[in-house]
Formats: sequence, C-alpha cells, structure tokens
Amino acid sequence: MGRPYAITLDVGSSLANLTGSWRTERPVYVDRLPPCNNACPAGENIQQWLYHAESGDYETAWRTLTQDNPLPAVMGRVCYHPCEGACNRAQIDEAVGINSVERFLGDTAIRNGWTFAPPQAETGKRVLIVGAGPSGLSAAYHLRRMGHAIEIHEAGPFAGGMMRFGIPKYRLPRDVLDAEIKRITDLGVTLKLNSKVNRIIDSMKAGKFDAAFLAVGAHIGKRAYIPAGSAAKILDAVSLLRSMEGEDRPLLGRRVVVYGGGNTAIDAARTAKRLGATEAIIVYRRTRDRMPAHDFEVEEALQEGIMMKWLSTIKRMDEGVLTVEKMQLDEKGFPQPTGEFETLETDSLVLALGQDVDLSLLDGVLGLEIKDGVVQVDTNMMTGHAGIFAGGDMVPSERTVTVGVGHGKKAARHIDAWLRGEAYIAPERHELASIDKMNSWYYADAPKTVRPMLEVVRRQSTFEEVQGGLDETNALYEARRCLSCGNCFECDNCYGVCPDNAVIKLGPGKRFRFNYDYCKGCGVCAQECPCGAIKMIPEEI
Amino acid sequence: MDATQKLHFYQKGTFTVGNRLVSEEQRSVQASTDRSNALTCGHRACQGCGEALGARYAMDAAMRATGGNVIAVNATGCLEVFTTPYPETSWQTPWLHSLFGNAAAVATGVAAAMRVKGRHEVRALAQGGDGGTTDIGFGCLSGMFERNDDVLYICYDNEAYMNTGVQRSSATPPAARTATTPAMGPQPGNVFGTGKNVPKIAVAHGIPYVATATVADLHDLERKVIKAMGIHGARYLHIHVPCPLGWGAASHDTIRLARLAVECGLFPVFEAEHGVITGCRKIRRQVPVEEYLKPQRRFAHLFTEAGKERIGHLQALADRNIAEYHLVDAEGDG
Repeated sequence: MGRPYAITLDVGSSLANLTGSWRTERPVYVDRLPPCNNACPAGENIQQWLYHAESGDYETAWRTLTQDNPLPAVMGRVCYHPCEGACNRAQIDEAVGINSVERFLGDTAIRNGWTFAPPQAETGKRVLIVGAGPSGLSAAYHLRRMGHAIEIHEAGPFAGGMMRFGIPKYRLPRDVLDAEIKRITDLGVTLKLNSKVNRIIDSMKAGKFDAAFLAVGAHIGKRAYIPAGSAAKILDAVSLLRSMEGEDRPLLGRRVVVYGGGNTAIDAARTAKRLGATEAIIVYRRTRDRMPAHDFEVEEALQEGIMMKWLSTIKRMDEGVLTVEKMQLDEKGFPQPTGEFETLETDSLVLALGQDVDLSLLDGVLGLEIKDGVVQVDTNMMTGHAGIFAGGDMVPSERTVTVGVGHGKKAARHIDAWLRGEAYIAPERHELASIDKMNSWYYADAPKTVRPMLEVVRRQSTFEEVQGGLDETNALYEARRCLSCGNCFECDNCYGVCPDNAVIKLGPGKRFRFNYDYCKGCGVCAQECPCGAIKMIPEEI
Repeated sequence: MDATQKLHFYQKGTFTVGNRLVSEEQRSVQASTDRSNALTCGHRACQGCGEALGARYAMDAAMRATGGNVIAVNATGCLEVFTTPYPETSWQTPWLHSLFGNAAAVATGVAAAMRVKGRHEVRALAQGGDGGTTDIGFGCLSGMFERNDDVLYICYDNEAYMNTGVQRSSATPPAARTATTPAMGPQPGNVFGTGKNVPKIAVAHGIPYVATATVADLHDLERKVIKAMGIHGARYLHIHVPCPLGWGAASHDTIRLARLAVECGLFPVFEAEHGVITGCRKIRRQVPVEEYLKPQRRFAHLFTEAGKERIGHLQALADRNIAEYHLVDAEGDG
C-alpha cells in the first residue's frame, strides 16, 4: 500500500546488517608505556604532564609531575634527562626538550606560589628520615602526603644535601632550591638542621619512630695515595664544592689541576675557573669517550676554557709541580703505564675520584649488610633490619639527584605499606610504546628549541646560571612536540579513518569506543593511529 | 592563511583528522560528532574499503557545505552495490541510481528539476567508480562538462572494475594484474601506453573546477569538496581510493597505500580552475615507486629479475608527474 510501482518491500537501513560478525581480529584501545616514562629514574609520568602542558594547563601539568617528583625546578636544571635519550621523537628529528619544559613548569610553580595539597588524614605513624638530600626530601614529601608524621634529621646547616653542597650555583641557583625545599617543609614536615644522627637505633627509640629512611648520601671524598712534598696543596672536590657554600672562598691559586673524569671533576674545574684560576686542567687516565662525565658537561667546560689532559695519571706532587705519567689503552680499553713522565706546573691539586658513605650511624644495627662501602637493600628499599629503609647515594646505584628522588618515592610506598603491615604491589607495567608501533607520518616536522646559554666571558668569572629557561611560547611549542607515545591524545584519527563508521567519539577527555556491532576488523584505525594506542587482537571464534 | 598553516604550530594536529587543541571550526568535518555520516554503518563493502571511506569523506563535506541539501546520483559499481542491496540503504541522504553509464546525465536532470522547482539551495552530486566514469559513463560526463551543468561529479578511482571481479578499466595503471590483464606473457599485467587520464581531460573542458584528492589526505579532500560546493557549474573531483581486494593488499594498508601513491609521484594531487592548474600538493616524504608497489599483489610479478625494467618504466611515469606538477621542491614539508 502506498509503495511505488514494482516495489514490494519497505525501505530499510543497512544498520540492520551487523557487519561485526565478519571480524577475525578486533581493535582494542591500549595505553602503552612511553619510553620517556620507562627511562625516568624518578618514575615521572612525563607523557601525561606534557599532555596537560601542551594545552596550556601548566598547573595541572605541574600537579601531575609532582605526584612523582616534588623538585621539578631543580630537576629541570640538574637532571641528566635519560628520558630525552629514550625519546622516540629523536628518530623523527630531535628528542623533545622534556628537561626544559620540566624546568619551565617548576619555575612557573615557584613564580605563582603553587603549593602541594596537604594530606587528607593523619595516620598517626612517625617516620624518621636521616638526611635532607634529594632522596630524603622526596621520601619526606611522599610519606607526608600519605598522612605520616615526618621528621628529617640533617647533619649539615642547610637542607639540600648534594644539591647544595655538590652542585655549583651556576647549575642550580640556591633560591630555586630553597623554594622547592620550603614547599616540602610547608606540608608539615619537621626539618631539624645541624642534627647528626650518631646511632640510628637510639634516635628511633628516643623519637618513638615507627620506621626510618636513611639517605645520608656519600660525602667523603675518596683519596688516592700521591706522594707529596710538605708544601703541596691537595684537597678533594667534595670539600672544595662544599666550601663554596661557606663565607670564605677557598684559595686555589692561578693554576689548578683536577684529577678524575666524572661530573664532579668537571664541576670542580669549572668552579676553579670561576674562582679566578687562569688555568684549570682536568687530568684523566683514560680518553674523552671513556669519561664517566656527561658529554654536554665536558662540552660546556671546554667552552669555558677548561683544559683536558687525557691518558695521564698523577705520580707525585711537589711544591708547584706535578709529575704525570702518560698512559696508553690496552686492547681491553684499560689504561696501562708507559714509563714516560712529564711535569705540570700547578698551585693546587683537586682530587675528584669518587665519594664514600659515612656509615657510622649504623653501628650496632642488627641484620645490616654492607658491601663495597654501601648499604644493601632489598627490592623494597628495606635494609636487613626490619623497619629501616635506605636510599640515594648510600645504596648501590647510579649517584644522581634523579635516582635519589626515585629512591625516595619508592621507599615511601614501601614504608607506607610496611607501616600498615602490607606489601606494596607495583601496578603492572604496560608494553613499551616503541616507534615501530606508531605512525610517524602524522607528526609535522618541528625542530627542538635550543635553550639560551650565558655568554662564555660571564661563565668564566661569575657563578650566574649558565643555562637559561624557556618562556611560555617556546615551552608550549616544545611540549607540543611530544608524540604522546602509546597514549591516546584524541587526534580523532580512528574516528575519522574507519570505513565502517564503527568508532564512537565520547567527547573531550573521554576518548573513544569501538562499535563492535559494525567493526569489520580491517585494522585501518590501528595502522593510522599516530601514537600506537590501538592494538589488534585475534577474535575468539 | 589557510587552515593547514594555522594548524601547523600544533605539531600533532597538522595531519591528523582532529586536534583537541583547536576550536571546532578549525577541525575537519570527520572530527565532528555531528558529521552527517551520509554513508553509515552496516554497508557491505569489504574490510578496509577505500571507496566507502572516500565516499563518506566527500559526502559529509558536501553535506556540511550545503547545510544538508545534497541529492546524490550514483553510477553502477561497488559503491552502489554495497550500499543498497534491496531494500536496504546505507545512505542518509537523498540518493538515486539509474544506470551504469548515465550518472552525469541524471544529475544534470536533478539539477534542472531543482532549478525549475525554485529549490536553488539543493545541489546535485553525481558519483561513480572509475569504470562508470572513465569508460561507461564517459560520454555523459563529457556532455555534462561541456554544457557546464551545475553538478559536482566525484569519481572514486580504485583502478579497475572491482565489483564484478577485478576487470581492467581505462584507469587501471600499467603493469597491474587484473582478471583481464593477467600476469603472463611478454607484457604481464596491463599494457603500458594504454588508458586515459580523466582529470586532465576534465581540465581540458575548461570547466570551473577540477581537482584530484586521496583518502590519505583528509584535510585536502574536505577543502576541495567544500570549495567545489561553493562554485556553480560543472565540477569534477577524482579521488584515489585503494581497494584491498582488487589490489591484493592488506585491509589495514588502505590509507597507507593511498599515501604512498602520492608520495612516490604516481598519483599527483592538484587542482585546476577554468582549464588552468592552480595548485599542487607537494610530496612530503618522497619514496621510490617500489615502496608503493611492493605491498600490492597485483604488482607482485614486477618483483622478479624480469620485472626490474618495468618498475623502471613506472618510476619514469612517477618522475614525469613530479616534473609536470612540480611535486618536489626545496621547501620539503608540505
């Protein structure tokens, strides 16, 4: 009735035809682990904070960042950014300047006076933290936010540990450090300065602490036996850098030799230069490519006129003269003496040969294991003595601020669980978002932003900060260079490219959903997803 | 400044369908939750069909440009068959089908009828595959062009008669294996020196607007459809739509192949007005033709010792396009 000529059936919609039954594979949304997050020793969720930063929401970005690391302005200056070394963007053009955006967020937070949210409830538990370095401060921050009462006992006159007494001002201005420490103590963390813990067991008992986290660092400069005349001036790099924080500047003379090849050696030489040395020479027994110091630091030192003497060991020191033996690398890459000697005029010798830990506070603690001068901890950061945890430079690990902050966070989680009589179980790690799972076509070319550097003349004579920060425009640009590896950034590609209109867009922040009634499983969405957030899995038939 | 340039600062949004960081108006039609989905779910196209995708892209853009006032006329072909098995339809727009070869003429009639009825806001759009356009419907198409009828004709070019079992059309590229050009004998696959270039023939008619596009560049495609709907008179849009079935390619490679066709130079993307070429889409990351040919089984016979020379001939065709349309220049990033 009422149908056109020769038409016998009513018009129907193809929606009645559920083409999902054709499928042999189904697409699923996944969150893969971005390589930056995977590489971060502090366990930052870098991809996520960049996601907020790139929309200009710096406060949310900062709050996301500080869920893991309370010291972004410090870290944005001194971290050796392994994240950038792992960044997938390096395979397209250059790595994202994660470190520079982190610093921008940290500085913005200080400028705007953003503070941490206080704990929601008090647990009534008390934790003693020994040492106010990066590890101790990080643990204090996390434990306080979990509601525990925290006391930090610091042996020195200021908080900061190696961030203050090891890292020169030209890399980390002290007002930045102070601001970030204050924000942690403002959470209600009690900080006791000039309060050296001599015996940890006694201190815990006296303060009725339920647990302790030890993070005293490694502050004793290693000495090497170098025969020396009575007038020879020899000091260690740690003491030199530490004395820079005092009233009196150390007197090094006009020609300074630094012995060692690590980052501390570089810091010592650059400090000597700034103190007025006309010649600052680093003597190292191997070659530049085998130096433990980071290459960019070596580069910056060379720019400032620091001289390097490779393949040399120091044999003895007399007044004003060093005797140096030339070395050569054997086939295994180890330096071997050649028997050839030369002399080097110098006023003082700075030893930068590594640091040891002062373990005296552990006397009388049962169950502890000490190996190679450091305290052994299990995977929970707990020492052999129940309730005493340790982290930072005093446990076996790479000695950087970032690792220290990471230890603090990790220890805090385990201490918190231990205090509740439970064990902390880390969430399962997602599959790594390697570049082969992504589609780089969709990322426009965008070279990395170069951070401004102080001119060399001022770097040779003052302690002004060497590396500048980004302003808002280029920080935003840099954040937007992030590829968002493995995590949906709502680019609408899957929603757009589906030939079957089988992707449902859920709205801002809510991502997407597949309509499996119609999805035929062609896999175009997974192939065209820029960031690798869609995976095809076989359909169970 | 066109939209692509504006988006350039948003590194992740320049080439993607959408971009959460820019306003709704700056995003593509396909990024919108209120796109018309003129070609909706449940259609019977193969997995990964480039034509289904291209048709939705083009129709949704035309619907957006006209406020939903589009009548589509369809030639016979895959698009007609997979969307309208009697009595079902996947079209959420007025849609007509008459014969294989007369879509352009029927659309001319639709445009005339609307004019007579005074419905000037309603626009006619004709669409068909390469068979219905470059072979069977070619006479009607040329007539519509020369009369400058107010119709946008869209050809979805998948380079053969796919619906009937992959027979050669005049848009099938040289060397491609089809059911009628088997990969055997001294000249395996489609013969070099045959076929026709309909976009160029359309340009030669001197009509107001001619453009080519691909499903690999949504922003470009939508911009061209919207521009075409803003013009009256005869317009022609030729969209390259890979066919997983007929090309012997993986269903997930549809967009990738469309992209490689452009990036190797075999499918030049350009536009022309009144007989003059006015713009070309530059190659962004140039690749040799092998990269485009290798994932397609219709070209598998080229990857033998004897096939090397023929690959060279195909590369020469790509190079000729690159020179003719100035597809590569020092600027790089298109």
